[in-house]
Amino acid sequence: MSIKHENKHEKVEKSVGLFFIFTIFAISIGGLVEITPLFFQKETTQPVDNLRPYTALEMEGRDLYIREGCSNCHSQMIRPFRAETERYGHYSVAGEHVWEHPFLWGSKRTGPDLARVGGRYSDDWHIAHLTDPRSVVPESNMPSYKWLNENKLDGAITAKKLETFNFLTRNRTHKDDQGNAIPLYSAKDISGAQAAVKGKTEMDALVAYLQSLGHALK
Amino acid sequence: MSSFWSIWITVLSLGTLVGCYLLLRWCLKNFAGVEEGESMGHTFDGIEELNNPLPKWWSTFFLITIVWGFGYLLMYPGLGNFKGLFGWTSSNQSIMNLEDSKAQAANAKENNLIVQYDMEVKAADAKFGPIFDAFAARSIEELATDEEALKVGQRLFIQNCSQCHGSDARGTTGFPNLADKDWLYGGSSDAIKHSIMEGRKAQGMIAWETMLGGDQGVKDVAAYVISLSGREVNADAAKSGQEKFAMCAGCHGVDGKGSVAMGLPLGAPNLTDNIWLYSPSQKGIEQSIRYGRAGVMPAWKDILGEQKVHVISAYVYSLSQD
Repeated sequence: MSIKHENKHEKVEKSVGLFFIFTIFAISIGGLVEITPLFFQKETTQPVDNLRPYTALEMEGRDLYIREGCSNCHSQMIRPFRAETERYGHYSVAGEHVWEHPFLWGSKRTGPDLARVGGRYSDDWHIAHLTDPRSVVPESNMPSYKWLNENKLDGAITAKKLETFNFLTRNRTHKDDQGNAIPLYSAKDISGAQAAVKGKTEMDALVAYLQSLGHALK
Repeated sequence: MSSFWSIWITVLSLGTLVGCYLLLRWCLKNFAGVEEGESMGHTFDGIEELNNPLPKWWSTFFLITIVWGFGYLLMYPGLGNFKGLFGWTSSNQSIMNLEDSKAQAANAKENNLIVQYDMEVKAADAKFGPIFDAFAARSIEELATDEEALKVGQRLFIQNCSQCHGSDARGTTGFPNLADKDWLYGGSSDAIKHSIMEGRKAQGMIAWETMLGGDQGVKDVAAYVISLSGREVNADAAKSGQEKFAMCAGCHGVDGKGSVAMGLPLGAPNLTDNIWLYSPSQKGIEQSIRYGRAGVMPAWKDILGEQKVHVISAYVYSLSQD
């Protein structure tokens, strides 16, 4: 039935392999333009002036933030709109996040943004709020996280976590007072990591993490 | 951005647009070897494919998006270091610290640069600035009788303070009621403003159990503390608690009327007025004594600025005035 044509279109239409290659090529251009330059730009690789690494306890708190899925309902990204900066503080900049692995920017705000929640409330408030959110904010629909008060950290792999961050951030300059490049965590930080968190509750860790958020730009 | 990456972005972006145009043109040609509108020579279930060109409306829209793309890249910053004809940016770039951010914003304001965020702030300042300036020129006592100021103050309070003090400012366990006349750091307009601006950190009630000689000591002192506000307690326990209360007098006063009564900024509550910051139950009071307490009020001057704090102070001040 079919007639033999010199049809160039048919070559792509009838060859899955060729079509696949052309598709990958077309899609990759977007990434090549928008993503690759970011790996080599000062704005996205240099920490802002006052950025400090998480302490061992804050690092554990950060993992709890991930475990409990906080980023499903809370973003950590203040956009440059006045309506946001009035409520949350200075808009987020890339240099605040150069040591984050993975980023916890989130994409949905069932609750408020937390990028600069540090220092905004007292530790007591965070504990009351995480234990029973409605005890301080009656209209809140946040779940209660009371088990954080009971679970204790043993710190068995805290040192490993810090070492891993040293590895992940090896190309993201961290400087000492004299301006020399140093790893995020010193040997002393790593050897003392377990002692720094052992026996603390998960609540202590999560509150420490929350209180550290946004410290570099406020 | 280094010129390499600038060129990389420019070439790839423009190349893609040109490529899209060439692809469209190529696809509009007839390669089938069949007249337009004629059958391609195959049918399936009675459905026949004709050699129809791309719909005209579709290819026209495709062309328009390409033209739009060139226009967009000309006017807005999309091609590497080229800033676009408008000089538009969404926000200040390469901010390394707050001073840097402020300096850049001031520069943008002065030179009328098109920085979207700074323009938004400038417009808001022009609109709301004079209102807050007028409020700032008046005393807190005066603002506390001004309905407009109180409305603004209440909104700011609900937005920033209600998380701890409640939307009616009546507080909750551990977070002071601001609508009564009982103050931890003083209820004068100056004291309220200072509390909000600089924050407050209670001197910190330490854990007293060991110093009071164990569990019995805690219970005795709790009994005495409860008796101070006229509640009925075991008289013996209260009596032995009273002897130990000397240790508490440094902050709470010999008469238990708290640090404000002594004019000290310690944040030690008045224990005689039957107003309780923490639980008023026997158990709750014992817990305060046994483990200690230390309330913290964060400082708001850097977050809200003095002008807003001034208006919030007026609102809070107004709550305890008759």
